Amino acid sequence: MYFLKLVFKNIFRAKLRTSLTIIGLVIAIVAFGLLQTVVDAWYAGSNSASASRMVTRNSISLVFAMPIYYRERIKAVEGVKAVTISNWFGGIYKEPQNFFPQFAVDHENFFDLYPEFIIPPDQLLAFKRDRQGAMVGRKLADQFGWKIGDTVPIRGTIYPGTWQFTVRGIFDGKDETTIVRQFYFHYDFINEELKRKAPRRADLVGIYIVDVTDASRTADIAKAVDAEFKNSLAETLTETEKAFQLGFVAQSESIVVAIRVVSFVVIIIIMAVVANTMAMTARERLSEYATLKALGFPPGFVAALIFGEAMVLCLMGAGIGILLTFPVALGFANSPAGAAFPAFTVSTTTVALQLSCAIIVAIVASLVPSIRSANIKIVDGLRHVG
Amino acid sequence: MWKLIFRMKVPFSYVFRNLWTRKLTTLLTAGGMGLVVFVFAAVLMLDAGLKRTMVGTGSYDNVVMIRKGAETEIQSGVTREQASLIESMPNIARDGDGKSMVSKESLVLISLQKKGQNRGSNIVTRGLSTMGLTLRPQAGIISGRMFREGSSEVVVGRNVNEQFDGAEIGQTLRFAGRDWTIVGVFDAQKSAFDSEVWGDVQQLMQAFRRIVYSSVIAKLADAEKFDIVAKEVDDDIRLTLQSKREQVFYEDQSRALSIFITILGTVLSVIFSLGAMIGAAITMYSAVATRTGEIGTLRALGFRRASILAAFLTESLLLALVGGIAGLFFASFLQAITISTLNFQSFSQLAFGFILTPRIVVQTLIFSLLMGFIGGFLPAIKAARMKIVDSLRAA
Repeated sequence: MYFLKLVFKNIFRAKLRTSLTIIGLVIAIVAFGLLQTVVDAWYAGSNSASASRMVTRNSISLVFAMPIYYRERIKAVEGVKAVTISNWFGGIYKEPQNFFPQFAVDHENFFDLYPEFIIPPDQLLAFKRDRQGAMVGRKLADQFGWKIGDTVPIRGTIYPGTWQFTVRGIFDGKDETTIVRQFYFHYDFINEELKRKAPRRADLVGIYIVDVTDASRTADIAKAVDAEFKNSLAETLTETEKAFQLGFVAQSESIVVAIRVVSFVVIIIIMAVVANTMAMTARERLSEYATLKALGFPPGFVAALIFGEAMVLCLMGAGIGILLTFPVALGFANSPAGAAFPAFTVSTTTVALQLSCAIIVAIVASLVPSIRSANIKIVDGLRHVG
Repeated sequence: MWKLIFRMKVPFSYVFRNLWTRKLTTLLTAGGMGLVVFVFAAVLMLDAGLKRTMVGTGSYDNVVMIRKGAETEIQSGVTREQASLIESMPNIARDGDGKSMVSKESLVLISLQKKGQNRGSNIVTRGLSTMGLTLRPQAGIISGRMFREGSSEVVVGRNVNEQFDGAEIGQTLRFAGRDWTIVGVFDAQKSAFDSEVWGDVQQLMQAFRRIVYSSVIAKLADAEKFDIVAKEVDDDIRLTLQSKREQVFYEDQSRALSIFITILGTVLSVIFSLGAMIGAAITMYSAVATRTGEIGTLRALGFRRASILAAFLTESLLLALVGGIAGLFFASFLQAITISTLNFQSFSQLAFGFILTPRIVVQTLIFSLLMGFIGGFLPAIKAARMKIVDSLRAA
């Protein structure tokens, strides 16, 4: 018990230095937590993907479409339960900065394949009945203050013209990992217009979403679907929704890697700061440590003293830092910059990482000073002045 | 004022030797600051690299025309009639044979695998004609040869060749139901074209069953007549097109990425610098505390408070300068790295590097000195405020 007491007394001897070090630790731990959460947010799409859903797209790349009659042929493949369609719309709401994903989907069965979206039945019915109806994620509706019945004009970049949609439903997510920042409307609405204005671009589908009866057979079913369209004008590539989403992440992997690296740089910076604090502490107290040794305490005790001090310091910093991460992350998620991320929640893995980083910092920072102090000759230590 | 402060200056060697004596502390503090400076410089260099890539992609006297409402060439469509109309416009340059210097191009994205990755990344594949090559004098073949018109041949940009699998000369790319043989590698002087694949426009359009071009690039007869041409295009109701100078077009294409890098980098640098400044403050406070006696002696010898303040501030600035130079030194090695990432706007891969400009060197050094100044200011004040008697007694 007296050992811990000694450690605490030592820590608060240099109040200014201790508080500065703790502030530094708190900043570093919060920054690290936020950066890890940013990386998590990057993967949010793939984490919320279902294992039993697959995505079929044109094998050349996503910008190429497939004919609409593929739908029936995919449906006929053994093991396929249901097929729905989705087209990336890529329109602009007022300003390009207001980016959010918009999809033209099959209003009849799209939401049957996405049970993670919770929609009141009357709103779903209203959406299905209105050709210009739109189904909007909760987060998006909150961001722009849309209510049911509001008209939302969207300027097309891929599909020319300004398109008017009426919000008919707002959906919530089943849990925190579900992304609720999308804007869905009727594929038929867009397609009928295209048939009149640009018939060559009508009756094309960006991606097919395929639901399978047995999630363990996705690989075989994907092969069967792709074989169906081999050597056709639009060859397909079918993969699980998760793989499809990870493909997006992979494209911007350099950024994710950079953020990861940088998040560890901040830990190294704080490691240098804490190591410096511990080195100074140990240097100032060399004569005390020599006294302890002269009194008969083993070198290990002196080392443990310094190590314990670093550990308590880091754990205090980490504790405050972790507690602060949550409100800061929430504040960031509600800011305009954070709104661009579909989901922004601090995971338990992040908290665990923060804690382990603090412990590693404590160990590394106290390594050199504790070895040096433990090995000092009593005479030299006693002779040493500040 | 400064003259007064330096009238009786504490010798610089005193400042320097103080740092030299406590090597571990100096190293750790300067090291922490160096890392912050490294991150700060890296972000500036990356943004500079991105800007240079995008600006270098466009020529001042070229105009890019895409469909109204479209943001990128991929989303756009230009009919053959529209393209011919542009060719016959008066302010467009003609070559020696009297041919309009207009390139009608078709763009698609194909999926290639980055080396060491098993997932596809989008690569711009541009169909162009001989005129398209003439309009881009910065691009030149570095190995192999140019594709022949009327054949299923393509050439790949330098970054595609270096960073992607299956992009060597002699290998074939399979898309649109055909095998396309790679016959050459071109270098476009670190511009965005280095991340593209080029082939014959007519062959590509046929293979993809396209009847419209994606964009039209025209060279101005007089570089200053852009406004006139833009107005003519705008006024002609047959041309549902918008025109931009090529340089502006590519700069706009990377705006989102540039803003993203700048915001992320600035926020990180500010947060990290707080940590480093605290580190500097800890070091300097401890330097003041352990040297109380010395400060008293200096004051008793007749050094003024201002001189003491200056001495400690100099010590902190020197510490920061060491960190700053070290950070900058290591950051300069980043110039050897080229990164390739998704440009959100064009939805395709863009390779760009880090570039160290004199401006960044100055900015970085100012940034590090600022950290040293803020971190060392309060401790220096503390040192300057000490009473002679008290500080002598403390020692």
